[in-house]
Amino acid sequence: MTTKNEKIKNSPKEPVEMSGSEAMIRSLVAEGVDTIFGYPGGAIMPIYDALYDFGHHVKHVLVRHEQGAIHAAQGYARVSGKVGVCFATSGPGATNLITGIADAMIDSTPIVCITGQVTSGLLGTDAFQESDVIGISMPITKWNYQITSPEEIPEAIAKAFYIAASGRPGPVLIDITKDAQFGKLNFLYEKCTKIRSYVPEFPTDKKLLKKAADLINEAKKPYLIYGQGILLSGAEKELLSFIEKTGIPVASTLLGISALQSDHPLNMGMLGMHGNYAPNIKTNECDVLIAIGMRFDDRVTGNINTYAKQAKVIHIEIDPAEIDKNIKTDVAILGDAKHSIRLLNTLVEEKKHTLWVNEFLQAKQKEHDKVIVNDLTPTKPGLTMGEVVRLSTNLTDNKAVIVTDVGQNQMAAARYARFNQSRSWVTSGGLGTMGFGLPAAMGAKFGAPEKEVILFVGDGGIQMTIQELGTISQENLPVKIVILNNDFLGMVRQWQELFFEKRYSFTEITSPDFVKLAEAYGIPGASVSDRKDLEPAMKEMINAKGPYLLEVKIEQEDNIFPMVPAGGTVSRCLLGADEL
Amino acid sequence: MRQEYIITAYTENHIGLLNRITIIFTRRKVNIESLTVSESAIAGISKFTIVINEEKEKVVNIVKQIEKLIDVLKAFYHTNDEMIFQEIALYKVPTQALMESDQIEKMVRDHNARILEITKEYTVIEKTGHKEETQALFDGLNQFGVLQFIRSGRIAITRSPIERLSEFLRERDALFTKMEAKAK
Repeated sequence: MTTKNEKIKNSPKEPVEMSGSEAMIRSLVAEGVDTIFGYPGGAIMPIYDALYDFGHHVKHVLVRHEQGAIHAAQGYARVSGKVGVCFATSGPGATNLITGIADAMIDSTPIVCITGQVTSGLLGTDAFQESDVIGISMPITKWNYQITSPEEIPEAIAKAFYIAASGRPGPVLIDITKDAQFGKLNFLYEKCTKIRSYVPEFPTDKKLLKKAADLINEAKKPYLIYGQGILLSGAEKELLSFIEKTGIPVASTLLGISALQSDHPLNMGMLGMHGNYAPNIKTNECDVLIAIGMRFDDRVTGNINTYAKQAKVIHIEIDPAEIDKNIKTDVAILGDAKHSIRLLNTLVEEKKHTLWVNEFLQAKQKEHDKVIVNDLTPTKPGLTMGEVVRLSTNLTDNKAVIVTDVGQNQMAAARYARFNQSRSWVTSGGLGTMGFGLPAAMGAKFGAPEKEVILFVGDGGIQMTIQELGTISQENLPVKIVILNNDFLGMVRQWQELFFEKRYSFTEITSPDFVKLAEAYGIPGASVSDRKDLEPAMKEMINAKGPYLLEVKIEQEDNIFPMVPAGGTVSRCLLGADEL
Repeated sequence: MRQEYIITAYTENHIGLLNRITIIFTRRKVNIESLTVSESAIAGISKFTIVINEEKEKVVNIVKQIEKLIDVLKAFYHTNDEMIFQEIALYKVPTQALMESDQIEKMVRDHNARILEITKEYTVIEKTGHKEETQALFDGLNQFGVLQFIRSGRIAITRSPIERLSEFLRERDALFTKMEAKAK
């Protein structure tokens, strides 16, 4: 293959005439894009043609379905911190991205989607493969824009990357008509650094910080909860210094996991519906609640009318629309988490809250005795999700990137995986997208090729995007897939058991022979159902050089506890079905 | 407490922004009572004036969501008593009715309305005012049969002496300068 461009990395300093499609690829290269997940089709063919010459600079991953492309871009972005990029054609190609865009929007993941569009003269004529993707994606993108002439390309792409990655990140969609791809322009690329109608982050108000510090310094029972904002702003070290200086116990939201290493003595675990016991009940016992980079999702708060009413609430958050949205705050500090915590660290006093921390530890012990011990060292013959997850992180020194699908597999992984590296946890939080796992794991491996990537997925979720085994096989991508198979849509079944009188309405699901299926894709695999076989099989999976699929047959009717039932109060966090 | 609020948004004059703004209301199942979009005093910047009947908490949430849109410069909300506002209404009545009695003429005088056009068949009357006022004239004229009637969306200005947008643009310039200085 001959490439006509040798000095592609260097953007031209003077305007150079070229096609819109070449300008598109050059713009992406100028933004540092090294991986694109996509699927070609009629309306994006000129861009794919231009891409053909850029093979040495940009890796294109051909997925099997556009939903796979966007979830892969999400996985890539979450582990690498870079903007994930995907390509799709017009019409069905573009609409197949929608679920992933919505997922990236609610989970603040920086993504740029480029979709082809019919020639501008055909817009609005119901042309072949025409869909109004700008209209469709409007409520679920941070920004979107349709390019209809080639001259708009560099500026639109520069804005797209700036908007996607800055402030509270999110997905951006750029729709480009076929004539804009074919047309010529004088290309010169300039990065976007400012948009007058958009302030990505406000400068931290020092007076408010002082007010927050005073509350923290006077608190007897301070408690810090954090979300993905810590990871997104790169505030892991600042968070660590803060808690070590102040001695304040902390807990994380589902998306904040891995920002602080799991075995830190002040890390009390996860908040929320299936979070840990202590973090939930202590929310309603603390006197000062410091929330950083999180949005008080209903899965975290339960009933907001009974949430932390006794506490002064400090909220450090980059998005002004999140302030007082769900929980009224006493001190709201707008701005970047890293910067704010760094400043706060200079104002807070060194302390130890030994008694208060002990209260957490006692609650932790209670959860351990009633729940964790049964999950990790079960006495019954059936395998538990918890023991499978914990074994995998034990065998990888807590360094693996853990990706999950949605449901019981996700909650078991969130509860029992251990981490000592940041950005090692990829899951679909806000949208709860089943089918997210397999493609996201694929993207995560591209984003962190040096790390072991292990996916936990249910027998339901994997069948939603199972076609991506084809992509994994074609790329010989060493993703380790663990299917936690209980022959049920487990989480729905759990709710049916607990709240719908065990009426298992359409939650029994049959599966193909996953090992044979993997084999058909050229992916080795094994299936285990016996505890004695689990560790050798897990080791074989981890030692595999390429992709590997391990099916683990799980106890069929296991439940995830603790649980704060939907709309319940966090202080009534149930440790078992008997407490219902 | 539900009451009328006037939401004002200053935005870039970009395609699709009307849609982006209105879906914020749709998503929350909030009905827009009135909507006016036009160019503001500053070229290239549009002004949206939206009237809704809602509780304050929801209004605050909506305004924040509007302001979060990339192409929106600033959004405000006000209660009716905080703003001076007007609507314009046009009424078409049969000219015959005007000729037959002096009542229509009296109504036009009393309501501070004016006549825009008279033809053999019809007369067009214009009235600006609050909705109750334009409605009152409608009810009066309708005794003679209003042939056509149209009312505009609301336009409103604050009681503060200067355009808040100019103030805001100055603040934002200062903010960007500060941020750039920090970045360097």
